[in-house]
Amino acid sequence: MIKNFIAKAGWPRIIIGLFLLALFITAPFVGVNFFTSLNNTIVRFGMNSVLVLAMIPMIQAGCGLNFGLPLGIIAGLLGATLSIEFNEKILELLLQCATQYKISWLTEEFLTLHREAIGFASAIIIAIPFAAVLGWLYGKLLNRVKGDEMMIATYVGFSSVSFMCIAWLLLPYKHPTMIWGYAGHGLRTTISVDGYWLHILNDWLAINFKEDIVLSDSLTLNVNLSIPTGMLIFFAAMALFVWLFMRTKTGTAMTAAGSNPEFARASGVNVDKMRTISVVMSTILGAVGIIVYQQSFGFIQLYMGPFYMALPAVASILLGGASVNKATILNVIVGTFLFQGILTMTPSVFNSLFQTDMSEVIRLIVSNGMILYALTRKVRA
Amino acid sequence: MIRKFFDIVAANAVPAVFIIISAFAIPLSGFSTGYLIQELLTRIGRNAFLILSLLIPIMAGMGLNFGMVLGAMAGQIGLLLICDWKIAGIPGMLSACLIGTPIAIILGIFCGHILNRAKGREMVTSYILGFFMNGIYQLVVLYLMGPVIPITNPSLLLSRGYGVRNAVSLSGIRAQLDNLIPTVITGTEGTQQFLNINADSSFFLIQLPFFEGTIKIPLATFIVIALFCVFIIWFRKTKLGQDMRAVAQSQSVADSAGIAVNRTRIIAIVISTVLACYGQIIYLQNMGTLNTYNSHDQAGMFSIAALLIGGASVSHASIANVFVGVILFHLMFIVAPMAGKNLIGEAQIGEYFRVFVSYGVIALALVLHAWKRNREQEANRRTLREALKK
Amino acid sequence: MSENVINTSLLRLEHIGKEFYGNRVLNDISFSIEAGEILGLIGENGAGKSTLLNILFGMPVINSTGGHEGRIYIDGQPVNFTSPQQALAAGIGMVHQEFSLIPGFTATENILLNREVLNGSLLRYLFGKRLATLDREAMRQRAMKAINTLGVHISTDMVVSEMPVGYKQFIEIAREIDRKHTRLLFLDEPTAVLTETEAEILITALKKLAREGIAIVFISHRLEEIKAFCNRIIILRDGNLITDQPANELSTKRIASLMVGRNNEQKDFYAEPIKLDKSEDKDEPDTSAPDSPDAKKKKKKKPALKVENLWVDMPGETVLDVSFEVMRGEIFGIGGLAGQGKLGIPNGIMGLYPAGGKVRVFGKKLHLNKPRNALNREMAFVSEDRRGVGLLLDEPLDWNITFTAMQMQGKFLLGIPHIFQIRNEIAMASEARKYIKALDIKCTGPSQKAGELSGGNQQKVCLARAFALEPNILLICEPTRGIDIGAKNLVLDTLRQYNKEHNTTIIITSSELEELRSICNRVAIVGGGKIAGVLPASAPAEDFGLLMMGQMRQQENENEEA
Repeated sequence: MIKNFIAKAGWPRIIIGLFLLALFITAPFVGVNFFTSLNNTIVRFGMNSVLVLAMIPMIQAGCGLNFGLPLGIIAGLLGATLSIEFNEKILELLLQCATQYKISWLTEEFLTLHREAIGFASAIIIAIPFAAVLGWLYGKLLNRVKGDEMMIATYVGFSSVSFMCIAWLLLPYKHPTMIWGYAGHGLRTTISVDGYWLHILNDWLAINFKEDIVLSDSLTLNVNLSIPTGMLIFFAAMALFVWLFMRTKTGTAMTAAGSNPEFARASGVNVDKMRTISVVMSTILGAVGIIVYQQSFGFIQLYMGPFYMALPAVASILLGGASVNKATILNVIVGTFLFQGILTMTPSVFNSLFQTDMSEVIRLIVSNGMILYALTRKVRA
Repeated sequence: MIRKFFDIVAANAVPAVFIIISAFAIPLSGFSTGYLIQELLTRIGRNAFLILSLLIPIMAGMGLNFGMVLGAMAGQIGLLLICDWKIAGIPGMLSACLIGTPIAIILGIFCGHILNRAKGREMVTSYILGFFMNGIYQLVVLYLMGPVIPITNPSLLLSRGYGVRNAVSLSGIRAQLDNLIPTVITGTEGTQQFLNINADSSFFLIQLPFFEGTIKIPLATFIVIALFCVFIIWFRKTKLGQDMRAVAQSQSVADSAGIAVNRTRIIAIVISTVLACYGQIIYLQNMGTLNTYNSHDQAGMFSIAALLIGGASVSHASIANVFVGVILFHLMFIVAPMAGKNLIGEAQIGEYFRVFVSYGVIALALVLHAWKRNREQEANRRTLREALKK
Repeated sequence: MSENVINTSLLRLEHIGKEFYGNRVLNDISFSIEAGEILGLIGENGAGKSTLLNILFGMPVINSTGGHEGRIYIDGQPVNFTSPQQALAAGIGMVHQEFSLIPGFTATENILLNREVLNGSLLRYLFGKRLATLDREAMRQRAMKAINTLGVHISTDMVVSEMPVGYKQFIEIAREIDRKHTRLLFLDEPTAVLTETEAEILITALKKLAREGIAIVFISHRLEEIKAFCNRIIILRDGNLITDQPANELSTKRIASLMVGRNNEQKDFYAEPIKLDKSEDKDEPDTSAPDSPDAKKKKKKKPALKVENLWVDMPGETVLDVSFEVMRGEIFGIGGLAGQGKLGIPNGIMGLYPAGGKVRVFGKKLHLNKPRNALNREMAFVSEDRRGVGLLLDEPLDWNITFTAMQMQGKFLLGIPHIFQIRNEIAMASEARKYIKALDIKCTGPSQKAGELSGGNQQKVCLARAFALEPNILLICEPTRGIDIGAKNLVLDTLRQYNKEHNTTIIITSSELEELRSICNRVAIVGGGKIAGVLPASAPAEDFGLLMMGQMRQQENENEEA
């Protein structure tokens, strides 16, 4: 029984799971509020989960771990910045449409009321075509370099991020909240989404729970929870979309193409097409993922911001039990929770225990150790 | 015909693009020839040894050794310790090498074993391994140095009492190797002026006509690099070198001929790691400061980019590639910010541009390699069929 | 001492036997070889030749599967090799069918691979021989000498990847000759890739080596060559030693029949050729000219599959120029030795490898090179490469069985076609259960992973996938390879039954001639990428044997004489 479980879950997952458990148990004893920690973990889970979800299509189609996630992130950043840049114009346009097509509910009050939601939606809508085009090109490239996808994906990601650094400086953005004040042009390194779509998902249907539970005279439990329900629902919707897609005829063909490309080909599946579709999907999910991340984080991080964003996402899904060529939604949920749990818990617990913050080092070792473990695992030939 | 033309273009595309970029950027930057030559000579001395350490794994068919950062870390640990022990000068460098070598050997063996478990994806694995070891390195340097590994010199430690500072001055060994045999080239006219200024020290002075200004040459470093080149040429001729070439081309054939394939691959990685350790020590003695948490990362990325810019590929690299690469890469590095500033009015653009180029060229080289390999496989099959048809 | 030398053979095998997982592949093999002797070893694929060689060379595959029975003596001393290196050290050399050469190395470097001549130096004594430099000139001399022994002219500096195939074979042999103490040389089909002149040069060279006292074991399917060249011939069949006789006592015809034949042939064992409204010439439709009277008759009833001038670029199984016809409802066999191109034919028709030529399915042209095209024409395929092409090892059985039907025919889906359809896992599982029951697939259920099944059950899953397509034409490669005897019969019975019930045309490609003859109406034998001939299954075994050996022309002559 236990042996079976260990074999199924794999040693690294168990060690890290136990480590996290130990952290949660230790937390109250060193004066770290358990509920706050849990809450933080859930928020970070919501922030990162869509980015991790973006790994699934490419892994399933046999394109390996998507180290090229920054490409999707760039599309998301373009969507976000363009949405802010043209925020007023978009609202105007919607109003025009309303008058022209006589849509009664689309009034100015409605638009003002839902300005933030519209901004968020338009960021996603603008990002998707960018992601689709970039993903399509990227997919075509990966089809030509089969066998070396992961390394090339990494450097395609890196070079596109550094290329965009030049672009962010040169693109003619005008919106005063986004450009450098003193130079009058060039986007800032971090742009606040406050006033646009800050916490739009976090706050939607959020469950706030604040109470001091008095257990005894000396022991009071300070419960302060704020569950970002909207963000979790959004993730659930995206996960459902991916889950459904993987069950369609195309999704099934994609899985088969990843599992055994020769089999798929012999069954009449166009393997290269499946791979391209998977890359486009991954890229689009990456774009959506970063916008979700930003609404919670509060800032759009440009320039070198997206540089290392692929590694935590890759590590998360592997931590969740995925391999280089198989991944499920459950892997995403478990992995993201474990990974973000460790990221949240180590600084607070270690800080209280040793008066030092080792979280960065632990993050490096856990995430890269996990990827290393996945890469060196014997793959059945 | 067209295919052949394509092959030639593909093989030399990267250096050619760089020569063209430099041809435009040099006049734009407005730097004088003397300045550029001085800078280039310094940077060749600084970097060539590190890049050369990449050659042997390529020879053994293991691709670009992104794991060279492991060697660089070993070198840095050596340097940190000699700083603490206040051993300066050439003895300092030698003892840093002495400390670094066993660490590099252990890391190299570890890396070799890992790569043997990940055959066919050595590069991405060694790349991630670099990150992983970076975590371990930080653990050692940031937390264990002080409480576990005694560090007495307070100027090394963070104010909290343990862990090494972000930037460590290597004043004890700064430019020690570069200036071991001080050598200067001057124009006929500049000689007297130079001697007037530096009257108190002795130099090998080389006078060239039609030359203006003065150029210092890190002669001893160049000698070390030259020795390394000789080592590689000799190594290629040894039985071990021959075995590595065999393993690179076909592990199964080499194995059936009785060559210990896995062992040979591990040896290749160990040699590379140890040499990268020495390379990093040479690099840092030139820089004079150690960025405790960044230097090794940069060393790996820049060395690989430079080698590829020199026209090397994942499966072929020569000594010439190293020197062409180091010159072209650093030329671009020196001139890009100024050129960017003079062209668009922003130095930042040039900075980003050179980062983009470093990554882009690695991406390009990897793509070209994979593409070519897949195309060759197809071509091989085609010729096989044609041969049978006859 | 000298008496001993006379009495002991160079190599003696006593009662060698081997079982793989309860599957007997070698049974009580005993023979010996003397110095300077040339021995011909003959047997069909699967007769046990490669297992015998693996045992002799101490290949790890033998040890890891429980070793072998019997004893091996070299110079009268018992030996038991546990690695090929030990066999090499004992003086046994082997030239493989697949070249084990390093493509980017020169002839010299390959001949002396891992046996390089080294310069003496201080470092060598300090750090071992791997740090000694190579003595290129001495290496060239030695390579030259080895090449010269073979009587060919190949530059020692030529890179192997630029050599013609024949040269590579010589380099392989030169490498074995260069070993100073090689006394026994195994050659596995060395002449298969050589031109006629090259083959002659090689045989002359080998004879010369034999005169110098090296014993040679020559494995070949060219009977002429073996008869002319070998002193003695050993024939293996189904793991048994059938014959050990001097070559001049055997006729080619006799060799052929011994190799493939059964002693007790029952006439009713073989299926009769299907009744077809064609003249008797139907056995060899490829030879009939298109404008002959027979061709006009054919127009009345279109064949299920008509192949003309097909070429297929399948590595190791190249098809050069193949034409044949298969009638509706017929079971058609394609046989021949490995590497001759028989597997290339169905793989090419199904679009798995680059192919050209004309293929007509029920009279309509089939566009090659895309599996989709063939599948759209209600053809189904069971690949010989079960684990590589035939199965999704990491996916459950119901996926494996229903996947192709789902992708090609839209079965097992729920929803609106072309808009949104998801797979109907209930229907998939019930379809899988149907076949698990019908074919007696031993598994825990439709959700078990295909990779966890035994070979025989995996093969049944492959068949189930083909049946789920409800094909008109079924192409099957090596239906019984690597599965035990019970599963074998079940698979063949299922095919027979399916053919009878659905009048499905079945094309079976197999290395096992007896199997083909037991199930097919007609059997085509492929040799050298072309069809050597098509015979009814009831034709005598030796005729098949001769076709396989590439003795067609001779057979025709003999027929004329008779």
